[in-house]
Formats: sequence, C-alpha cells, structure tokens
Amino acid sequence: MKQYSNAYIIGFAAGVCLICSIVVATSAVVLKERQDLNKVLDRQKKVLIVAGLMEEGQTITADEVQQIFDDNIRIRAINLQTGDFDEDIDTVTFDQRKATKDPALSRVAPTNRAGITRLPFRALVYERVAGDEVKLLILPIEGKGLWSTLYGFLALAPDTTTIEGMTFYEHGETPGLGGEIDNPRWKSLWKGRSAYDADWQPAITVIKGAAGPAEDDPYRVDGLSGATLTCRGVSDLVQFWLSSDGFEPFLAKFRAERSAA
Amino acid sequence: MKAAHKKALFDPLFNDNPIASQVLGICSALAVTTKLETSVVMSLAVIAVLALSNFSISAIRNFIPPSIRIIVQLTIIASLVIVTDQVLQAFVFDISKQLSVFVGLIITNCIVMGRAEAFAMQNPPVDSFLDGIGNGLGYSLILLVVGFFRELLGAGKLFGYSVMPLVTEGGWYQPNGLMVLAPGAFFLIGIFIWLLRTAKPELRES
Repeated sequence: MKQYSNAYIIGFAAGVCLICSIVVATSAVVLKERQDLNKVLDRQKKVLIVAGLMEEGQTITADEVQQIFDDNIRIRAINLQTGDFDEDIDTVTFDQRKATKDPALSRVAPTNRAGITRLPFRALVYERVAGDEVKLLILPIEGKGLWSTLYGFLALAPDTTTIEGMTFYEHGETPGLGGEIDNPRWKSLWKGRSAYDADWQPAITVIKGAAGPAEDDPYRVDGLSGATLTCRGVSDLVQFWLSSDGFEPFLAKFRAERSAA
Repeated sequence: MKAAHKKALFDPLFNDNPIASQVLGICSALAVTTKLETSVVMSLAVIAVLALSNFSISAIRNFIPPSIRIIVQLTIIASLVIVTDQVLQAFVFDISKQLSVFVGLIITNCIVMGRAEAFAMQNPPVDSFLDGIGNGLGYSLILLVVGFFRELLGAGKLFGYSVMPLVTEGGWYQPNGLMVLAPGAFFLIGIFIWLLRTAKPELRES
C-alpha cells in the first residue's frame, strides 16, 4: 500500500474540509431567504386558519396568504407581565422564540405543569380586525406534549373566553396518536367552549373520553384515545397561557377597555 | 448500457437489497414510513445523497490516505446531507417539517457509508454513481412498500387522500393503530424479507 506523508494527510484533510464547508455554506446562504419566507408563510397560514379566514389543507398562493393576512390581521406586541401594549417593538422582525431564549429578553418561568422554562417579557398577539374593531384575539401558545414542545395558536372571541379555534403549527408527537392534535375534527371540538369559568379562572381541560356539546359542557374537550399524555400537555399548556403568568393580564385589560367603551 | 452498469443499478433492488438482504438502514425505514408522502421525499433524499456521495468519494478514491478514509467519507456524506436538508427546507417546507431530524440522520444511515466503503472506494465514479442510485432505489422500494401499507392500514389514506373512510369520520374502516407505531414497520419489513427470501432461496444464509 502506498505510504502517505503526514503533511499530505493533513493537507488532504484540510482540503476536503474547505471544499465541504464552502458547499455547505453556499447552500445555506443561497437558500436562507426562501427558507425564512417559508417559515413566515407557514405561521401566517396557521394564523389565518385559526382565525377562520382559510380552510385547512386549502392551497392558496403565497401572495394570497400575504394579502389576506395584511387585510385582516393586526400584529401587536404586548408586555406579558403588565398586559400593556408595547409599541416600541417592531412586530415584523420580532422573533418571540428567539426572545424566549435570550436572557436579556426573558425571565425564568415560575413552576408550571406546561414544561415551560423561560418566559419572554414581550409576546406577540394577533388580532383579526374589521376596520378598527377587534373580532378575534389570536394568542401564541406553547408547551410540552409527550415528546416535543408544541407551538400553536388559541383564538378567543372579544369576550376573551369563548374559544373560536385552536391549532398547533409545530410539534413532534407520534403521527396517528398524539399527532391527531392536528386532526381538524378534533380541533373543531374546541370551538364555542369557554376558556374561563365564571370567576375568570382558566377552566378549559381536555378530559379522558368524550365531552358533551359545547353548550352543555363548556369547559371540557374530548380526549384523544392513545394520546393521553399529549392531551394532558395540551390541557396544561392552554391553562398556563390563560393564567396570570400567561395572557391573563392582557386579557383582563382588554375586557376592561371593552366594557368602558 | 454496459452489463456492469446494469448490475450496479438493478441488483440492489431485489438480488441484493440493502434493507432486505444486507439489513442496512432499517432505523430510518421505521421512522419516516407512517405516511407515503414522507416516504417518497425521504427516498429521493437518500437516493440523492447516496449517488452523490458515491460519485464524489469514488472520484477522489485514489487520493484518499487510507488512515483517514472513514472520516473523509463521513465529512463528504455529512456535507451532502446538510445541503439536502437545506434544499428540502427551501422547497418542500411542509414535508421537511414532518421529516424533521430524520433527514439529518441520513448521515448515520448505514447504507451510505456502507456503499462508500464497500463499492465507491474500489470502483470508478460512473459505476459508483449508478451503484448509489441502485441502492437508493432498493432502499426506496422498501420505504414505499412499508409506507403504502402503514398509511393505508393505519390511517385509511394514501398520499393524504382518504381511501378507506375511517369510523371516526363516519366511514367503516377501523384503523389499525399498530401500523402507525414503529413495531408495525418491523412486522412489514419482516414479512417483506420473508417473502423475498422465499422467492429467492439463494439469498438465505447457509
């Protein structure tokens, strides 16, 4: 077998690394813009779906999504702890997930069952508006399921308790079991139920078995068979975001302003 | 087409299938086959990575110092996998989201390194390229068969379209939950290997 000098071996390794890194870096840089667009588009689509402006699985072009989104949705940043609007934040570039990881923009979350370790100081809220009137509040929610962190949206009517929709745009639950949280039929069960009870405590839970119709059984949602732990996660995370650590301060202010107006 | 090329391309489909007879790369075969759509995309990704890695490793095979050949192969394979992942994220975002880590895990797919070491290091680039495509197709064949049955029996659908309406959606088909879990894929792959070895007794180990 041919003998190679150490210098050749090191040189060869360096050469391979250099070429490979150029290839990888080029592809990452060239495709970055497209990927970012995809991510934004995906989130916008989910907002439109939960706002009832678009059907699940409906194929519409990126431009149409953008158009409908711009016409109907207003993004606002809020201070999570006080519930006030924060007009200093550029809602287009603000990345809530990045902020959650940034020690300067977030704090350690109080003990909770939703598996949330850090909470951002500021959060984005999507409002479906018609003219100046807010028709729907769309709140970003996240928390641990069985295997993965679930990211989604909860849509509330302006009374801040009637649920108009719920969807997850990112999760890693088992397809067919926990993954059934994507099932449109299950998601439709949330519609019309109440997030809070009469004393404004978070009340909505996913139960084992079947719940009654929304009018008679407003605080419970059917569980998914074979997905007990994922459902428990969904329950816990929805309750967390409805609690005083989540969007409750904001929702309380929103209610107060509405009744004053 | 030369006989050697044909052999490199088609042998891995049945005679020397990487999963069924070499039993390589079954981990990802379990993970991504719950749906046909993800199986197809995963197949294409593996074929691309396998063909390109075989080609590029074969092209420089006479310059690779034997003492570092494995790490050189891995570097090339890893780079190709990252590029593939980036392309998927840019062009088929929804599917790439479902495949999640499994595209990245092509790096650890034994087929890729196995073919680089066993074939590309000894053969010229064109043969190696075809061998890569052939083995990729062999892998795809299993993925598609398994994906077909898992989606059909586990969810009553094919490519997301309802074929057998489910009981939960007002139809008649009670889905088989086993199929959407990893053991379902084990059974299917086992049955496939069994059938293949019954049809081709020469594949059986003595």
